[in-house]
Amino acid sequence: MSGSPFAPHTDEETAAMLDAVGVDSEADLFDVPESVRFDGEFGIELRDEREVVAELRQLLGRTDDLTEFMGRGHYEHYVPSVVDNLSLRQEFLTSYTQYQPEIAQGFLQALFEYQSLFVELTGLEIVNASIYDAATALGEAATLAARVRQVDGDRILVPDLLREERRSVLDNYVDGAGLTVEEYPTEDANADVAALADLADDDTVMVYAENPTVRGTIEEDLDGVAAVADEHGALFTLGTDPVALALLERPADVGADVVVGDAATLGLPASYGMGLGLFATREEFLRQVPGRLVGASEDDAGKRAYTLTLQTREQHIRKERATSNICTNQAWVGLRTAMHAFSLGPDGLVELATECVERAEDLAARLDDLTGVSAPVHDHHHFREFVAHTDQPARAVADDLAERGFGVHVVGDHEVQVCVTEVNADETDAFVDAFEEVAR
Amino acid sequence: MSDDERADGGRRPATYDQARWTRGDEYEPLLSEKHGERVEVDGPLPDDLTRDELELPGPSEPELARHYTRLSQMNYGVESGPYPLGSCTMKYNPKFTEDVAALPSAAVHPDRVDERAQGILAAMARLQDYLGRIGGMGAVSLQPPAGAAGEFTGILVARAYHEHRGDERSEIVVPDTAHGTNFASAAMAGYDVVELPSGEDGRVDLDALEAAVSEETAALMLTNPNTLGLFERDIEEIAHVVHDAGGLLYYDGANLNALLGQARPGDMGFDVMHFNLHKTFATPHGGGGPGAGPVGVREELAEFLPTPHVREREARSASDGASGERSDPRAGGGEYEFYEPEHTVGKVHGFHGNWLVLVKALAYIARLGDEGLADASAKAVLNANYLASQIDYEVPHGPFHHEFVASAGDQDAAAVAKRMLDYGVHPPTTKWPEIVDEALMTEPTEVENKQTLDDLAAAFDAARRDDDETLESAPNRTTVRRIDQASAARNPRLSWQALDEE
Ligand SMILES: Cc1ncc(COP(=O)(O)O)c(C=O)c1O
Repeated sequence: MSGSPFAPHTDEETAAMLDAVGVDSEADLFDVPESVRFDGEFGIELRDEREVVAELRQLLGRTDDLTEFMGRGHYEHYVPSVVDNLSLRQEFLTSYTQYQPEIAQGFLQALFEYQSLFVELTGLEIVNASIYDAATALGEAATLAARVRQVDGDRILVPDLLREERRSVLDNYVDGAGLTVEEYPTEDANADVAALADLADDDTVMVYAENPTVRGTIEEDLDGVAAVADEHGALFTLGTDPVALALLERPADVGADVVVGDAATLGLPASYGMGLGLFATREEFLRQVPGRLVGASEDDAGKRAYTLTLQTREQHIRKERATSNICTNQAWVGLRTAMHAFSLGPDGLVELATECVERAEDLAARLDDLTGVSAPVHDHHHFREFVAHTDQPARAVADDLAERGFGVHVVGDHEVQVCVTEVNADETDAFVDAFEEVAR
Repeated sequence: MSDDERADGGRRPATYDQARWTRGDEYEPLLSEKHGERVEVDGPLPDDLTRDELELPGPSEPELARHYTRLSQMNYGVESGPYPLGSCTMKYNPKFTEDVAALPSAAVHPDRVDERAQGILAAMARLQDYLGRIGGMGAVSLQPPAGAAGEFTGILVARAYHEHRGDERSEIVVPDTAHGTNFASAAMAGYDVVELPSGEDGRVDLDALEAAVSEETAALMLTNPNTLGLFERDIEEIAHVVHDAGGLLYYDGANLNALLGQARPGDMGFDVMHFNLHKTFATPHGGGGPGAGPVGVREELAEFLPTPHVREREARSASDGASGERSDPRAGGGEYEFYEPEHTVGKVHGFHGNWLVLVKALAYIARLGDEGLADASAKAVLNANYLASQIDYEVPHGPFHHEFVASAGDQDAAAVAKRMLDYGVHPPTTKWPEIVDEALMTEPTEVENKQTLDDLAAAFDAARRDDDETLESAPNRTTVRRIDQASAARNPRLSWQALDEE
């Protein structure tokens, strides 16, 4: 057979269908002017399934097999097999947005449960599972801040350590809304609240902070950040992650108006940066929220049922006045995140978060004992990761570690960043031994 | 008279009873209602940095498995039955693509240095190359995580192009039949949207276009075939008008499944386009996503693409024989690197987009090759035409390609859709595009055979014969009955915590 293996037509069927339509061949159905017809070839050869799998296995196999001690916004936790197995059920995987809620209650309920999970974790009332990733969630938070603008200004303040990739996405999202992004200083990796207070003014529409920070430190004065935002009528947006939220003070309790981050830290293994934008906000901003929202209602039988709701915010109805352009979103990742979180349960989540603090502390202490290393560089509590100072140039240290099978981040001329979770913890001894050899 | 014929000779529709679990007075309970737990949090951090308690479900694995299995039974997917949701290209998602995406070598951290992620970069280069060939584009960025993100990226590229020439423009022209994301993406990039009224025949009206286009026009966004399934026959003239005014032509790739191997956006005069990998290239829709919306541009615009972009490294020395030359990315033998395009628009995703979706699409394209891709479009177009020929509803515009828009006439299209749920099929997209009254936008894709298309036709026809009362009370066989949309919006309850407050 030479056609698509996923088009099931037999020759007889094709003939009968062509006949019913009244043409001789499929080609007759194309109303494409001769002058723009494509009569060339793509030059892509048809292969059978076994060949494709073998070929791509080989191609992807060109990537080095490293044990990664890496984080900075993309983390790997062990994803239980039950998450893979259940999320791959075709009813979940192959369906689409729930435009017909009566036949899609299962996914709607799963998304409602996801929303509830993050209502509990953040203390904020409104959550969705739509936004692509942490960076675009930050962008959406900023445009939300502009829409609910309690002040006239156009300034967004972000920490100077913000990943430049996130900053670039944010710049792109806010440019059309006429906002500008400025940095405020950090002090020993955490927000310099006094400096922030000096910078903020009544033109500030949003203040952003992260906890844990991009360098793995835990903020000690988020109330202070919130107070600065509050004083100027700006929104306070907090970047965080689902595991840390099991342990850290609830964002609502420290005054956060919007919470963003990568929810897929639960649910997806390392995926080369693919994620799910955590997005939560206060009830008062409900009608300005981007993305899909699932609500409870009743059906004709008077029983509770779920449906997409408040769709007048969205692009298919509001067009250029929509709260966002988002349509296809990250729903399936949200399903997996919820499955993962619920499979851990509250105990398991708190335990995992506790390990994230303890493992980082232990590994930092072990590296600190090595000649040529001091860790952690920052004098705070840490979560999952920390920065280590190396007497040797950091690039050389990282390259030598890679030669020995380990991946770390280079974050300064003499600074590497190291992240540890249950996934690489078994390799910690070997990692420390390798570090000892290369750091001298 | 055979089993599936009615007394009047028409075909009897299939029926479908979806799983419906009930407990007490309610349907399947929430996980919190089954297994709620509350724990005190007493962690390793100082008290003032720690939350007090955490209240969440904590089911055992068998309980969790049963919960989600039941939820899955309450959901309809492409493998359940026909899913002709217009504009969404709900194809079968080949299983093996999941296996490829699950390879351990694909599970890598995005901050690795290029040299240590050569397999990933090589795969990205190969997909860029494939898409470039398929779209007739000079360069492709894989970063946008969905079609709408691709639109936004493409418009940023157009903006950067104009600004680079010192020619700032303020408007994007969008036909009235376009998808909502086109309008919203243009607005997000800071443009005023000029809506272009369609001609009588459902296509772009050249006079209206001339009137809409000016030196303020940054771009015209078009999908071709358009959302009625019609090919814009005047595409070359359209391109001419837009280019003459100094604007760019943007191709919304949502409907590319109509044209594989038949025509390429690049050859029609489009300067920028996005591909919807979750539509044309069969990656699963995941209950709403993730998708991927790579952007292709003609060569001269490559310098504006998002950063980083993958390319093959030029051979290091002349002694390699072919200094400056690149090997064929389809072979994947070379070395690859990320670089920053000279006038890049920056980033539209925190890392490299929805990587796992990219892998699945690459596997799909490699599986089908030229012949399979061309056949997919040929069969998609045949299926739409065959189905339309078998239904009683009127299809006002033609000739259409991979999808058609029927009119429910004096019936309510939304009610027709609800009724079709009882007949064992997923209904079409309804009430859009608005230029067709009570629109039933139908896209069966190539994966249906004659039998399932006949089932679909029977479902359409049965709904057409049903009286208004029957339509209004549908559906009856789904997990839940008709849902009250007004009360959901009037009294928003968006979490189990909100339900508890009642
Ligand atoms: C015609 C058209 N354009 C654009 C889009 C947006 O693509 P996405 O949903 O991938 O963001 C869609 C999606 O449904 C569409 O049908």
